[in-house]
Amino acid sequence: MSIQVQNIHKAFGNFVALDNLTLDFPSGELVALLGPSGCGKTTLLRVIAGLEQADSGKVLLDGEDASDTHVRERQVGFVFQHYALFRHMTVFDNVAFGLRMKPRKDRPSEADIKRKVHELLQLVQLDWLADRFPAQLSGGQRQRIALARALAVEPRVLLLDEPFGALDAKVRKELRRWLRRLHDELHITSIFVTHDQEEALEVADRVVLMNHGKVEQIGTPDEVYRHPATSFVYGFLGSANRFEGRSAAGGIDVGGTHLATSAHHVGEDNEVVAFVRPHELDILLDEEGAGIPARITRVLSVGALTRVELEGSGRQDGQHYDVELPYESWHAQAFNAGQPVRLQPRALRVFAQNETAGTR
Amino acid sequence: MKSASLPRVLPGFTLSLGYTISYLSLIVLIPLAAVFIKTSAMPLDAFWQAVTAPRVLASYRLSFGMALLAAAINSVFGLLLAWSLVRYRFPGKKLVDALVDLPFALPTAVAGIALTALYAGNGWIGRYLDPLGIKVAFGPLGVLVALVFIGLPFVVRTVQPVLEDLDTELEEAATCLGAHRWQTFRHVILPVLQPALMTGFALAFARAVGEYGSVIFIAGNIPMVSEITPLMIISKLEQYDYSGATAIASVMLVVSFLLLLAINGLQAWSARKRGQGPAVASGPRARPPEHSDRDSTSSTARERAQGNAAIGTRSRLAAEPRQGRSE
Repeated sequence: MSIQVQNIHKAFGNFVALDNLTLDFPSGELVALLGPSGCGKTTLLRVIAGLEQADSGKVLLDGEDASDTHVRERQVGFVFQHYALFRHMTVFDNVAFGLRMKPRKDRPSEADIKRKVHELLQLVQLDWLADRFPAQLSGGQRQRIALARALAVEPRVLLLDEPFGALDAKVRKELRRWLRRLHDELHITSIFVTHDQEEALEVADRVVLMNHGKVEQIGTPDEVYRHPATSFVYGFLGSANRFEGRSAAGGIDVGGTHLATSAHHVGEDNEVVAFVRPHELDILLDEEGAGIPARITRVLSVGALTRVELEGSGRQDGQHYDVELPYESWHAQAFNAGQPVRLQPRALRVFAQNETAGTR
Repeated sequence: MKSASLPRVLPGFTLSLGYTISYLSLIVLIPLAAVFIKTSAMPLDAFWQAVTAPRVLASYRLSFGMALLAAAINSVFGLLLAWSLVRYRFPGKKLVDALVDLPFALPTAVAGIALTALYAGNGWIGRYLDPLGIKVAFGPLGVLVALVFIGLPFVVRTVQPVLEDLDTELEEAATCLGAHRWQTFRHVILPVLQPALMTGFALAFARAVGEYGSVIFIAGNIPMVSEITPLMIISKLEQYDYSGATAIASVMLVVSFLLLLAINGLQAWSARKRGQGPAVASGPRARPPEHSDRDSTSSTARERAQGNAAIGTRSRLAAEPRQGRSE
């Protein structure tokens, strides 16, 4: 089922959580709402679920206005960050809850409920835990039970609020993959909220980047990572080195150093912010040539990639830079901490300062 | 005890047990034992006569019946009051919160006299009830009113903290699953509150059974109708019938103790049913879930939770309650 959000506005006192937001979630997709904390992503999810009332605007479920439909009737499955399992019920009773709460005429027989619950528990691969209580499960198991419980009522959409936020890194990674597989099996329209960019890029079909109650960019993980629309998106997705300077003819000027790039979209002589990924920054050993002067502070050569941390020198004093390069090429050049070098970006993305809606 | 010999994080098990027992003996056990010793000096038929006299039997019915009823009423309205205090914001909330404790602080005689003045046939409230044929003061109903009054804080104060801790997410989850408000209350909220509610009930009941001061003023103390058991004891004392008084007192003690024991038993039983009691909790947990290869996620979660260092079963079990509470 498709979800449309139209001109949703929501404020808590003076704080604007959702600023006139319009979004479209196509049917059957797994969409990630990604953004820093306080960007309004959870509020948006709760508005879609009906747990929160928007100040203005509409939520369309399957093309129908659901603004006045109660949570109960919206048929949404909601998964909470802290699971919200019923502690006094066994795993089985938790999953059966939604079925047992149905009005008598729609309620399946106890045998049907039993069959259905065991089906769902098999789907989340936890059938053997049916008689346990939530307190006896690990965090990852609890979240899978919470998901099975949400799926029991056959929701039209699945909404997950930071589903893996309370889990440790390794379990989070496993559950992430597992959620993706589950979605490929069920094809239920799903939205999940996360502040973890890695999670969003790995799991989702489509990523919605939010900041200050507004949408910054929508696209496939590849699109948003490779072609960030705004400086916020560039800075938020993956690590990035940031340069501040002014646009000049044929490039930008960063603290007296000219960096050649195409910056004509921001006009000449404007305040700009430029970003470069750590693997797109070259370290040059000659001290006098082009590039930003810097000094190596630390070299971390664990694994296939070597990470070099640098500090700007001269007019860039105090600036921190990260460079990543293959272990082999680091080995060939063999520079050491304390050594003065120059940094030359291979690909630079320039955004006008104070500009939120960016350009490509 | 085996557990006492194991090294503990907090030492002093023997000391605290010894202290507990001697303190309890001094304060509770010895005075109560004196009641039974005094009673045991009575010949059996005299004892039987004292405790089964028709007036005394009527007083048992009134005392225990009204105490149970008052505790039940307080459970319902105490829960309601606690709910309002926790869930809603209204002007004067702090004041209402403080008012709840007033029955604790007020001398019971004052409460009794105030209630009598209100509910007497010419009192502020009584004058409107009287024409309807409802006689509150100087009758069994008056006893109930007084007992409800003095028992109110117990339920409110036991339920309130539990209600404050109750996650609203649970209700939201239930609503998302299609549960109506009543279903959410009945199946999600009430089971969580139930232990606290039962504790409050037991406390309110215990207080009501022993109440004397407030009841004596409002009850009217009509033989066979509105005499409470403590009054029977006092009247025996006034006639210098000490053994008769202790005989009734011992019956009252035994019945109260049995009732409280039953409430505690019920609580333990329902806790076990919900998997929170010690019996069930240690059962499935004794088999470490790590050994199942069907669930790799959980095993990693647990091992990481223990910092990968703990391999022994003891430390693994020790880590589990922590996980349970993190929810």
